[in-house]
Amino acid sequence: MGFFERIGNLDRRWIFLLMGLAVAIPIIIIDVTGFIPPELPMPKAKSTFQTLDDLPAGSKVLLSWDFDPATEGELGPMANTFIRQCAQKGHKMYFMALVPVGAQMIRSTTSDVIGTYYPDLVYGEDWVDLGYKAGNEAVVKTLVTDFNQMFPSDARGEPLSTIPMMSGIKDLTAFDAIVSVTAGYPGCKEWVLFASTPLKIPTVVGCTGVIAPQMYPYYPQQIQGLLQAIKGAAEYELLVNDWVRRDQFRNTLLAMGVEVSGEDSMGDLPSTSEELDAWAGDHVGKGLTEAQATEVRGFASEKKAELVAPVDAPEPGLFLEAQKRMGPQLSAHILMLVLIVLGNLTYFVTRRRGGGR
Amino acid sequence: MKRTVPLIITATVGLLLIVANFVPALSELSEDGTTFFSIIAAIAFVLGGGSLLKVHLKKLSDRDRGWAYSLIVLGSFFVTLVVGLFKIGAPPNPAYPDKPWAGGYNEPGTFFNWIYEYLFYPLTATMFAMLAFYIASAAFRAFRAKNFEAILLLGTAFIILLGQTAAGPALTNWIPPDGPFAGLRLEELSAYVMDVFNTAGSRAIVIGIALGIASTSLKILMGLDRSYLGGGN
Amino acid sequence: MSRQAIGVTVVLSILAALIVARSLIGDGSGRVYTRTVTTEMVEVRLPASDPAAVDEEQARQGQVVTEEAWVPVDSEEAKKYASEGAATISWTSRKNVPYSQVRASPDDEGISFSWSQTLGIWLAALLTLAIFSFLYKDNPIYKTAESLVVGVSAAYWMVVGFWDIIIPNLIGRLAPAFVEANFTPGLTDLEPQWRYLIPAIFGVLLLMRLAPKGQWLSLWTLAFIVGTTAALRMVAYIEGDFITQINATIEPLYQVVRNADGTTDGYATLWASIRQLILVVGVLSCLTYFFFSLEHKGAVGKVARVGIWFLMITFGAAFGMTVMGRITLLAARFEFLFDDWLWIIDPNKQREVASVISMITG
Repeated sequence: MGFFERIGNLDRRWIFLLMGLAVAIPIIIIDVTGFIPPELPMPKAKSTFQTLDDLPAGSKVLLSWDFDPATEGELGPMANTFIRQCAQKGHKMYFMALVPVGAQMIRSTTSDVIGTYYPDLVYGEDWVDLGYKAGNEAVVKTLVTDFNQMFPSDARGEPLSTIPMMSGIKDLTAFDAIVSVTAGYPGCKEWVLFASTPLKIPTVVGCTGVIAPQMYPYYPQQIQGLLQAIKGAAEYELLVNDWVRRDQFRNTLLAMGVEVSGEDSMGDLPSTSEELDAWAGDHVGKGLTEAQATEVRGFASEKKAELVAPVDAPEPGLFLEAQKRMGPQLSAHILMLVLIVLGNLTYFVTRRRGGGR
Repeated sequence: MKRTVPLIITATVGLLLIVANFVPALSELSEDGTTFFSIIAAIAFVLGGGSLLKVHLKKLSDRDRGWAYSLIVLGSFFVTLVVGLFKIGAPPNPAYPDKPWAGGYNEPGTFFNWIYEYLFYPLTATMFAMLAFYIASAAFRAFRAKNFEAILLLGTAFIILLGQTAAGPALTNWIPPDGPFAGLRLEELSAYVMDVFNTAGSRAIVIGIALGIASTSLKILMGLDRSYLGGGN
Repeated sequence: MSRQAIGVTVVLSILAALIVARSLIGDGSGRVYTRTVTTEMVEVRLPASDPAAVDEEQARQGQVVTEEAWVPVDSEEAKKYASEGAATISWTSRKNVPYSQVRASPDDEGISFSWSQTLGIWLAALLTLAIFSFLYKDNPIYKTAESLVVGVSAAYWMVVGFWDIIIPNLIGRLAPAFVEANFTPGLTDLEPQWRYLIPAIFGVLLLMRLAPKGQWLSLWTLAFIVGTTAALRMVAYIEGDFITQINATIEPLYQVVRNADGTTDGYATLWASIRQLILVVGVLSCLTYFFFSLEHKGAVGKVARVGIWFLMITFGAAFGMTVMGRITLLAARFEFLFDDWLWIIDPNKQREVASVISMITG
């Protein structure tokens, strides 16, 4: 039996095993070496970030977690990052779900991100968990005109009338943006058709690879941002992680009495006190005044250390999940390509020899 | 009675909801309609559980092949149902600790949450993860470049599979990003395929489905399509 | 057993042996530690946040209006307002503690080994492997896991539907006083809303499907569901998917891209125009392919064929994206096995010293 005949008769369990190894080995390598595959943010991830970044702090953002454990591996990381961006920016977050297990997803993502990294946010004032409601598009349709009818209470059984951040929210028009993280039906499509299109509310969508191609026609008219599968999540994660560092640096400076003006004037962040001096010099006229730069250069060494310490601090593992998962993605994609090529070669060679099936 | 009443209900509810889009005075009625729908959808979960019960109880009583698995289905069903409905292990609601039933049914610490975390979650997540293996096997056995259409499909899949990972930039890094051929870099090419070709195809599908849904809906509301009432009289 | 099957069995046995070995060496694996936290609440009379709502008469006379509330025993409010012998309620809950902390403070008595969660992790891992075992071949272990999924998820959805919708949205409307007294304290609107009998009746009719007689009555509810869905979708799909999508396609073919100084960027304009042209041609040709009222012959046939090409590219893209999704899900499962169960990897730096050292020294 020739090579191709043998390959053609390969037990499929060998292929399963190869796939398993292609995914498993990079996970271990990435954890041991700390290597993270490079990512290049593409326009859709950038516009997703921008849509939420353009809203002034304190804007009301509705986050609908329309996914369950079956797709948590793909969508969990972007859900976490959405919360991180909104929390860091100071938006008011309203969580809800159109799928039954979405309620658990809200619970786990909020406790992971808000509970661990933004413990100062107050439930009921900065974020609220409205939980799950059945009825798919009927839920969205009801919310368009009346919020209280669908949600008499939040997921914890608190009547909405007793929750401070719910006052003034009569219907969906009260929101400044909608974020839908979606695994299928119901999800982003229902939000787009029943809420964003008629009400013209800025909407960003994070979805699985399976439904991402179907969401492309809505961009940029009906949705303003689109994260497709783990790749979109990784790009968005990278953008938000970078921005959070800059924002924290800016806030620390502000707490020390130096207000950086302008939007995008942080440049490369300094990670040592010498770099900080140079940074201050470089930014005169680009966010800092001469006097401010002198003030920064004159900081005591402890103060400088406090300022530059977070710049090089390792990113929490929670906010690297998507980027790390691009590692197994790479090896598994290559395996897929090899399998397709081998399969075709086998097919054509054996057919030519008259043994095609 | 068996067929007329449902037709009247469908037509009335449908007409009301459509007209309410244009007559603000009817919006409250329409809200009631969609809210009732939500409640009925929740009751449908009970129907789902009930049907499951019926099927597996019958299997059990008939001692059908694999009745032991029906026993597992029923056992796990009842345990989950009881611990969930009775909020077993639920901590009190901090704002109203004197009301024992005000705590959350799926708070950490409840038995229901334990079942979710260690049974429901790993089982459903792994079920879906299995598809990665089958898709690999299918790629090996089924994707044949037999004709031009199949070559287009495979070629696109290649570009996407490479362009969406670090392999794309690594393979085509030699193409200058600012030059006239920057669009041939794999990551750009894959984005272009998604943005233009995929958008065109998906958009046509979306438009087609919209027309299909609109016509089916009209037929249902006008009583021309009665398939949902089942066959016979 | 064929030679290939023997080969696969050997490889799998090696993997299984490695897993068993891993759980026996070093610090072991799959363990969860928790810290017991006690919450103690005391009942106090606080000045009302909205006095008029509590007692309008007293509020008008300018008297201090108070209302009952539960606050943590160690809070400022408790110190200020709690009276002697006020009712208190306390309960304990458990918070997870990372293993590095357990190792760092072995004498901390507040930390204890959590049997329930450790068993849970092992159960979850074994169930994950049970499902994977189907890849080798169909077997009773897989079937058991599959039956568990069916039973647990049906009950799960019922419980969620009951507590998240039926109680607040239905019973809460029909018997608000009862719901306020038991499940959702603090509800203010305590008047029953009898129109909610309609979904209740429809719900009962739907459940008639399970009854031995009168199953046809469930068709009434089905009619309501179908009518609502049809009406909602018809309008939304026409607006969002039909009109808006056509609107988004019908853009000028000549797309001008301007430089910062207002002049036309010829190169970019050319590409943007080509892009728009492909988009329009693609949508129209695919629609032609979907149009079955005309026979696909001659010019129509040629255009329809172009449509097929576009659809093939679309499906190819969909295939690529689907592969991506599925692989991620598998990666997430492996991460669970390696991190929570086997302690081979440590992405959240919970065991820093422990796992690395134990891996090296064994």
